[in-house]
Amino acid sequence: MKINFRSFICIPIFILLSVPVFLVAQSGREGNHCAVKKSPYRVSMDSGKVVYKKQCLSCHQEDGLGISDVNPPLNVKIVTGDKMKLIGIIINGQNTHEELNGRIYQNTMPANPDIKDQEITNVLTYIRNSFGNKASAVKESEVKSTRSKLK
Amino acid sequence: MKQVNNNLVCLLLLLTAACQGSNSLSPNSSDTTGNVLKLLPSNPDVSLSLPARFNATVFADGLGKARHISITPSGYVYVKLASNKNGKTIACLKDKNGDGVSDEEIDFGTFKGTGIKIKNGYLYASSDEEVYRYKLNSDGTVPATEQPEKIITGLLSRGEHEAKAITLDNNGNIYVNIGAYSNSCQIEDRKTGSLGRKPCPILDSAGGIWQFKADKPNQTYADGTRYATGLRNVVGLDWNTSTNTLFVMQHGRDQLHSIFPAMYTDKDNAELPAECMYELHKGDNAGWPYIYYDPKQHKKILAPEYGGDGKKTAGTDAINPVDAFPAHMAPNGLLFYTGTQFPAKYRNGAFIAFHGSWNRAPEPQAGFYVVFVPFSNGKPSGKWEVFADGFSGGPKNTASGGALHRPCGLAQGPDGSIYVTDDVKGTVWKITYK
Repeated sequence: MKINFRSFICIPIFILLSVPVFLVAQSGREGNHCAVKKSPYRVSMDSGKVVYKKQCLSCHQEDGLGISDVNPPLNVKIVTGDKMKLIGIIINGQNTHEELNGRIYQNTMPANPDIKDQEITNVLTYIRNSFGNKASAVKESEVKSTRSKLK
Repeated sequence: MKQVNNNLVCLLLLLTAACQGSNSLSPNSSDTTGNVLKLLPSNPDVSLSLPARFNATVFADGLGKARHISITPSGYVYVKLASNKNGKTIACLKDKNGDGVSDEEIDFGTFKGTGIKIKNGYLYASSDEEVYRYKLNSDGTVPATEQPEKIITGLLSRGEHEAKAITLDNNGNIYVNIGAYSNSCQIEDRKTGSLGRKPCPILDSAGGIWQFKADKPNQTYADGTRYATGLRNVVGLDWNTSTNTLFVMQHGRDQLHSIFPAMYTDKDNAELPAECMYELHKGDNAGWPYIYYDPKQHKKILAPEYGGDGKKTAGTDAINPVDAFPAHMAPNGLLFYTGTQFPAKYRNGAFIAFHGSWNRAPEPQAGFYVVFVPFSNGKPSGKWEVFADGFSGGPKNTASGGALHRPCGLAQGPDGSIYVTDDVKGTVWKITYK
């Protein structure tokens, strides 16, 4: 069930910034006629969606639910859990075919060594706050520090 | 949304009488909990569309991941499961009162898998690494004390394309698909821009069909023959008794757009390459991973991982498909129809169960149906047509890929009816003609 938070769109930015992240996550619909500057969170979500469409959608699908036995869904604990682990999976891929919620998925998650820190920041923030997920945004500094440890 | 209540199917009437007697339908003695079940008919949650005068009944339901299927001349229906049902992985079903619905079920076996085939009084069944066989009683049941004999062992299974689909010829040979554990043999599987390994090292032990003896125990790779190579993954395969040759359906490669975004659009990705039907002879090479078949250009195209640009042709040493179908629809079942129940046009033609696509996104998904290809003189003699549709539960489910049922296995019954399995909910349909 989707709640329409359109009425929140025009609230002043100082209130917006004080609203818990999950509310904002559902508020920003297109067609914002106010001259309110997008929050960093919203910028990250919008840019993350673009990255998702380009890099992730073909396997994990538009609804983020993946394909049974082939590509895993993204509405799972690992996605809302440890950010370092997630950042590592994006950069290095994963080919361990580990069990996830009692299922094993066939396909390899490819490595993305050339993906920019900003793109990882955005796409993970998007994934962690879409498909029914609600989790903290990912910061670019977290991506940078994780990447340096991976090397 | 209505869900079939699997528990209903599992409200069992234990038919202990059927467990007694050497010729009775009874479980493997090692599987002491083997269940003889009284199936309760369930309401179908989808309605299949079929040509005029054809009718489909839900023969069985709630089997779990029902993969391939094979039927004895006496009408015992064996279904291979890729999931555990009460700890068992082969279901034996029988319609005792002839109403088109199974009313007895025995589950046995302890290895999950896809392949199953009855031949010369034996039931062959595969896990993802092995092929076993059970000697059947003369009435088609599995003897109580029978342990499966391991025929083939140690086949590669590395997560991707692991199903070992099987079929047999009339000369004492069994054919096993060993799928490539890769999409296109890139240095890094499915990674954007990663080039192909040349020669592709996967092909020595996978990416083809292997031939083994049907009656020799414990065969390994060393005992088998690589019958045909250059096949990325085959799930649907059948021995065509009119041509006396093996026919297979290849699952074509994925992700042309996401791996080579500058060369292929999302739309190209959804339409390329064709899902191909091949007729195989010993020594054939179908060309994977170096080429793919473009159904619009009707050409074998050099794969971009190997320097292709979507136009350059290649694969002069590779065979041509005998038929080509839309991309990514995942042909999981192939059956040459030899019965007389259906009209003459179906005789010796091919039924193909398309499991349905995932790799057409963001374009709408496709498949989730059974098609028919008419054959004449051992070749397709007309355009393929959709035979049974509606498994997904509607166009919206088809487009999103969220199908309620996905056709997987096909088999012909002794009366010329055909059976279709589904590996989402484990439904088995029986299709008849009047």
